[in-house]
Amino acid sequence: MTRKITIEPVTRVEGHGKVTIHLDDKGNVTQSRLHIVEFRGFERFVQGRPYWEAPVLVQRLCGICPVSHHLAAAKALDVIVGAGTGDGLTPTGEKMRRLMHYGQTFQSHALHFFHLVSPDLLFGIDADPAIRNVIGVAMKFPELAVQGVMMRKFGQEVIRATAGKKIHGTGAIPGGINKHLTIAERDEFLKGADPLNIEKMIEWSIAALDLFKGYHKANAGLIDTFAAFPSSHLSLVRKDGALDLYHGVLRAVDANGKKILHDVDYQDYLKYIGEEVKSWSYMKFPYLLELGKEDGWYRVGPLARLNTCDFIPTPLAQKEFEIFRAYTHGKTNNMTMHMHWARLIELLHAAEMMKDLLNDPDLLKGDLVIKGTKQKEGVGLIEAPRGTLFHHYRINDNDQIEMANLIVSTTNNNKPMNEAVLRVAVDQMTGQKEITEPMMNACEVAIRAYDPCLSCATHALGKMPLEINLFDSKNNLIDKKRT
Amino acid sequence: MKILIYAYGNPGRQDDGLGNAFIERMEEWASENKIEGLEFDSNYQLNIEDAHAIADKDLVIFVDASVEELDDFCISKVTENSKITFTTHAASPGYIVDLCKEIYKKAPPAYLIHIKGYEWEFMEGITAKAIENMELAFEYLKPFILNPELLIAGDAGVKLREQ
Repeated sequence: MTRKITIEPVTRVEGHGKVTIHLDDKGNVTQSRLHIVEFRGFERFVQGRPYWEAPVLVQRLCGICPVSHHLAAAKALDVIVGAGTGDGLTPTGEKMRRLMHYGQTFQSHALHFFHLVSPDLLFGIDADPAIRNVIGVAMKFPELAVQGVMMRKFGQEVIRATAGKKIHGTGAIPGGINKHLTIAERDEFLKGADPLNIEKMIEWSIAALDLFKGYHKANAGLIDTFAAFPSSHLSLVRKDGALDLYHGVLRAVDANGKKILHDVDYQDYLKYIGEEVKSWSYMKFPYLLELGKEDGWYRVGPLARLNTCDFIPTPLAQKEFEIFRAYTHGKTNNMTMHMHWARLIELLHAAEMMKDLLNDPDLLKGDLVIKGTKQKEGVGLIEAPRGTLFHHYRINDNDQIEMANLIVSTTNNNKPMNEAVLRVAVDQMTGQKEITEPMMNACEVAIRAYDPCLSCATHALGKMPLEINLFDSKNNLIDKKRT
Repeated sequence: MKILIYAYGNPGRQDDGLGNAFIERMEEWASENKIEGLEFDSNYQLNIEDAHAIADKDLVIFVDASVEELDDFCISKVTENSKITFTTHAASPGYIVDLCKEIYKKAPPAYLIHIKGYEWEFMEGITAKAIENMELAFEYLKPFILNPELLIAGDAGVKLREQ
């Protein structure tokens, strides 16, 4: 008998993602797929719109990481207005955008850790879901819950100060930025009443990292093996090899650390990256052309970034990076759950970067915008919290967008998420006749490591309860569980 | 008396911006009528930092668009709810109230207005029917803003227009 298990996240506005796991008649897992069954055609929507609207328009994709889309679009349009490719802006323009971006990364990583991951670490991934959430954390570890809330708030306030407002921010414009930081804003972030100041944010980032490291030390068997698999990794790196979330060149390494994409200009990404369409998913499958569709897939996000970069240009995060790299003896780290470790090192890096930027006088004065000879086409890349985000636009003679292509972070992680679910399915579901709580938890934990945002990967808006349906060989539903 | 009226939704997705439009409408009315003690806010979605934002309020009214089968709108008391979905980056009003209570050991009475929406595509502008629903919700809420004690008193003080 062949059975099929379906895991179905349901979204608020029609978007769906579901996982199906196929078992043979002996209960062995033969296949697992993450299906995305919703597509809203955002690229087609922007066609015909004036190009300068794009940085605001793209925030309609979803409200989860609007800053990433805002900045990636602005970077693509920098090229179109002749302002260069990310490092051609005025010092004020580039630094204000960086502050916005690191503020966003900080709040996103803090949210992911405190809201979604810390309950797993503090209570165990097999704990009762009724307590394995941030409310449970607040009850048992109230100081930790407060830290999560205030770190999110700090990052959100940085976004508000740099983007202008919380919804549909307008800070980044083609060729630069539309405002300076005020002295009052700067001082509030640097010396605000406890705990909302940058020193406290750095202190709490270190504490979060220590919490993870403590859990790892006690649970290395789980953290090192859960849903682990070898893969390539891709990200931007600064031209000198440093971790850089805002701008750089594209680098990829294979599962053994060998460079397979050698610091190339992302304006030429189409020479290196292809996108495969599969009949069972609306989410594309990007791959490195040189390695082909079968072998060219890669991971993006915090783990990938710490695998591709040579060093981190802030001292506290660099120290943690050295510990992280030493754990695998300098080799590529392919352990899925180490994504959390990498994310927390980036959390600390983002806090340090914000501190450096807030102390930079260029934020308070200086030219905001630069323009040059207009171009017809531009590509903007950014390392969004979840990974590399591509925006590519081409305009016509009427300054209207005639082509747009977006590859969002979660799409880049499409194949790796499929791979992670497969590993979990083999480990947890082989021989099972009904859906168990540990199976549900394991699937959740594996997917959650990637911090996926199916809302923008599928171009739908949503929230995702997890549903598993178990079918027999005749497609009869024999079990159903939902978180 | 500190009352927070807090909308969430994406105004770039047609009727998903109903809450945001409601806030603008309410803010304009409050300004014209010089009503004090009101704070307004809106965001794409609720998140954990909103537990801090509501902690010192006497009354909170959340406003959201709804895809549910409503005639026009409904209002209900927010009850604490610790349920969270597995990868979501947003939270429900009940979750925010619950988190606030756990962290700050207090939480204000909170209500949720759901306004029926119809279209959710990538464009700005709310459909005419949804605006009608929003106006009904606005007219319904006005007396309660002028007499917030009715809502603060809770279930015993007022019969809500629930679904």
